[in-house]
Formats: sequence, structure tokens, C-alpha cells
Amino acid sequence: MNIHPDLLNLLMGIGAILVVASIAGYVLQQRFSPDGSNSAIENLNERIRAWWVMAVLLAIAFIGGRAGVILLFGFCSFAALREFLTLTNARRADHWSLVAAFFVVLPYQYYLVWVNWYGMYSIFVPVYVFLLLPIVSAMRGETEDYLVRIAEVQWALMICIFCASFVPALLNLDIPGFEGRNVLLIAFLIVVVQLSDVLQYVWGKLIGKRKIAPRLSPSKTVEGFVGGVLSATLIGACLWWMTPFTFPQAGLLAFIIAILGFFGGLVMSAIKRDRGVKDWGHVIAGHGGFIDRLDSVVFSAPIFFHLVRYFWSVDLPA
Amino acid sequence: MAALLAAGDVLADKTISAFVRRTVARAFAVVVTLFARFVTAVRGTWVGNEPSRKRRIYFANHTSHGDFILIWIVLPPRLRRKTRPVAASDYWLKSKLRSFIGRDVFHAVLIDRNKETRTEDPIALMQDAVDRGASLILFPEGRRNDTDAPLLPLKAGIYNLAVSRPHIELVPVWIENLNRVMPRGEFIPVPLMCTVTFGPTMQVAEGEAVDAFIARARDALLALKPARNGSAAS
Repeated sequence: MNIHPDLLNLLMGIGAILVVASIAGYVLQQRFSPDGSNSAIENLNERIRAWWVMAVLLAIAFIGGRAGVILLFGFCSFAALREFLTLTNARRADHWSLVAAFFVVLPYQYYLVWVNWYGMYSIFVPVYVFLLLPIVSAMRGETEDYLVRIAEVQWALMICIFCASFVPALLNLDIPGFEGRNVLLIAFLIVVVQLSDVLQYVWGKLIGKRKIAPRLSPSKTVEGFVGGVLSATLIGACLWWMTPFTFPQAGLLAFIIAILGFFGGLVMSAIKRDRGVKDWGHVIAGHGGFIDRLDSVVFSAPIFFHLVRYFWSVDLPA
Repeated sequence: MAALLAAGDVLADKTISAFVRRTVARAFAVVVTLFARFVTAVRGTWVGNEPSRKRRIYFANHTSHGDFILIWIVLPPRLRRKTRPVAASDYWLKSKLRSFIGRDVFHAVLIDRNKETRTEDPIALMQDAVDRGASLILFPEGRRNDTDAPLLPLKAGIYNLAVSRPHIELVPVWIENLNRVMPRGEFIPVPLMCTVTFGPTMQVAEGEAVDAFIARARDALLALKPARNGSAAS
């Protein structure tokens, strides 16, 4: 096991930020909420604690290398799919499609990523599963809401399995001069997306006035969006040293990631509003469910993957 | 599966020491608990009520064989040990493995649902368990509900038990989604999020008639059912 010095620097940097955040949270709690009565501060501290857990899990996965990352995101896919399908109209007639989704499609997609069969993992869910799974549901003969049911299941699979699996798929890219450091591409993606989320929240709290999508997500503001995306872009550019990109390239990619992450959050909010729930789940204290934390990563991962593959990777077929 | 059944045979053997039996039962409980959490990510919420060490009768809607396991998991560990599910002996004594799970792992109070052949009065068995200090998990519908109705008519047993032990608190419990995890007749569970909601304590009022109480218990259960829109049919 060898940890690249860039990865070590990044992990220590994240650790330092979390230490500062924990101290700030503690001071705020002592001053404004000693009896736990200020719900905003309690929620902030819950979130910081959950961030610690997430950072430690990611660090372990990164140090564990390929197997660690694939296992971690495979589990995230599982948890996300469990949350997503809970809110769908799937019924008894879909039982076998759902069993197949969890116990065949999910492991096979991550297996394909593991063996680096690009030609298959990039079409398995959108082509094969798309065509085969509705057959399984149709065989039971239940036609009520049929199109709604199969469309929901396919959407769940695309978001929770297919798109999420492009995070570990970043390990498969063959970039000259960047060998053995691909895990830093994942770190770059996740750091930019999550900081963009946090910074949008912070900018929104500080100077947010105009709501950007009041019906979808009442807490998001124009000021938060602009401030968050721009500062995440700047931070992304400043992380160029750990990527195969130059400073402006890293900034541009960070900008694209942040924008996609933002709109990914909006899309997933629209689904929550439609289903009348506030959060996707209850597993992560202060954050809600796995999808609440993953939505922006899931939307940016495949496009980030393809952009890097197209412009930087050498494994394109001749 | 065969190994499991064989294990069930061995464990059902009375000559095996009680210690081994208890240890295996504990380990089994841990495995079942982990598995149930993995599949359902179950969370318990208390609405207008708190966990308490007092003896209680938790009464819940019944949609799956796993119902009492979910209630059991979301109770604080201290309360778990003294909380016993009331279950049908015609199901739980059918095989040696089931009997091991029912009796040794979950300490179920097993009652015979068949009025003609039974030798022991179900209410007396429940009274006995309560008198020994146990809390009970009870499914007053009497059988699994696999209709589209949210709740089957409740049986009067819970009323008779409550009247005979008036100091014991009744707690309505709603289990959501487990019927979708494992519909009747399927044997592979689909992982979906489940919730268990505990409602405010209730008791039989002075001179309350059985019908009035059963209606109240039914309303208390339905009041805990999470409202969720988004059904394509609506």
C-alpha cells in the first residue's frame, strides 16, 4: 500500500478544515445553544459530525485503493437505490424486477467497473437493463400504472447505479503521466461538489435574498448559487496540482461540476416535492438520506468522467 | 438451507445444554437484527410518547412475519430483553428451526389460534407473561393483512387483556412498508426503507364497551400511518 503524497496532503487539508469546523461548531454551541435549544446550531454540529464520518470513510476507501473505492460506492448505490425505490409506485408485480435491480444489476455494474470493461459498463444499464427489466415486470400481467412503474425503476437505476458507478470508473482512465494517481480525480470531483454545496449554503445564509427556485428548494438563493459556484470554481482551480489539469482547465472543470451539482440537487428536490417528503431518508444525522448527500455527485460524475476521458485519456479506440 | 435445518434439529434437542442454546440464540438475534437493518434501515419514531421501562402492550398493524422483529429492533436494548412478541403457535411450532427462533431467540408467547383444538386460553397465556414482568408485542388483527385496506378489523382479545390488567399501558405502533419489502409468497426481500411509529399511550376507559375501545384503538393506529402523496393512481 503506497499513499501518494498529493493524496496525503489533501487528506490532511480536509482534516484541518474539519477540525476548524468542529471547533467553530463547539464555540457556537457554547455561546448560543448551551442547552441544545438552537436548532440551526444543533443541525450544523450534526452535519459536521456526519462530515467527519464521511471523510474518514472516503479516506479509508482511498487508502484501500481500487477495491475500497468500488466497495464504498457500491454500498452508496445500494443505500441510494433503497431510498429511491421506497418512494416509487413499484408494487407486488414488480417484486422480481426489484430483486434483480438490487442483487443482479447493482453488483454486475460494479463488477464491470472493477474489470474495466468500458464497452459494457457504459451501456449495460441504459441498453440491456432498460430493455430486459420491463419484460420481467410485464410477465406478471399487472398493467395498472405499468409505464409509470417501469419508468420509475429505470430512472432509479440510472441515477443510483449507473451514474454513481462513474465515480469509481474514474479509476479506469489511462492518463499519461498520471498513472497510479487516479484516486485523486475522485477526490477532486467530490471535494469540488461538496464544497460547492456547502459554500452555496454559506453564501445563501450570508447575503442570500432572491430565491432561485422557490417551489423546488425554498432555501436556495441566486446569491448563494453564484457565490457558491464561483468560490468552488476558484478552489477547484487551486487544486490543479493534484490533477492532470492546468490551473485554468481545473477551474473550468470545477465550474462544470459545480453547475451540474447544483442542478442535480434541484432535479432531486423536484422528485421529493412530488412525493411529498422533505428528505430521501433518515440514515445520515443532519443530512437526511444518502441521496440527499449524493445527488450533486451523481449528476456531475458521468459528465466529468466523459470530459476527462475525451480530452485527457489515451484509451480511446483507434 | 439444509445446514440451517440440521442446526435447528440439533438446537431443538433438549439434551443440548441451556448455555449453548442461549449463546446461539443471542448470536442468531444479532444476525437477524443486522440483516433486518441492512434491508430496511428501519427507524423508530415516538410521537407523543417516550420509551419507558414500565410494562406495556405494543399493538401494531400486521403485514409480514418480520413485523415484531422491526419493533423489537427499534426499542432501546434495555427494553428489548423484556419485550415478548405474541405469535401464532400454528406457525412458529411448525418446524424445529421456527420453534427455536420463536421460543429461544425472541421469547415469543405462543398462542394457538384454533379455537376447537387449543388446550390453553390465549388471554391467560398473555396475562401470565405480563404478570411475570414482560411487555408484549401484539397484532390485534389476528393475521397478516395482505389486502389493500390499511387495517383489518381488530379482534377483541386486546380489550379483554387490557380490562383484566388495567394498570398496563397500551401503545399503538404503525409499521410502514414492510409488506412491500417482502410481499406474501415471496422469499427474497427487496431492500426498502421502513419506519416504526409509536403513538401516545392509551388505556381502556372506566366502563368503556368493547366496540368503543376497538374503534378507538383502530383510529389510534391509523393516525400513525404516514401520509404520502405521489401515488400514480391518485
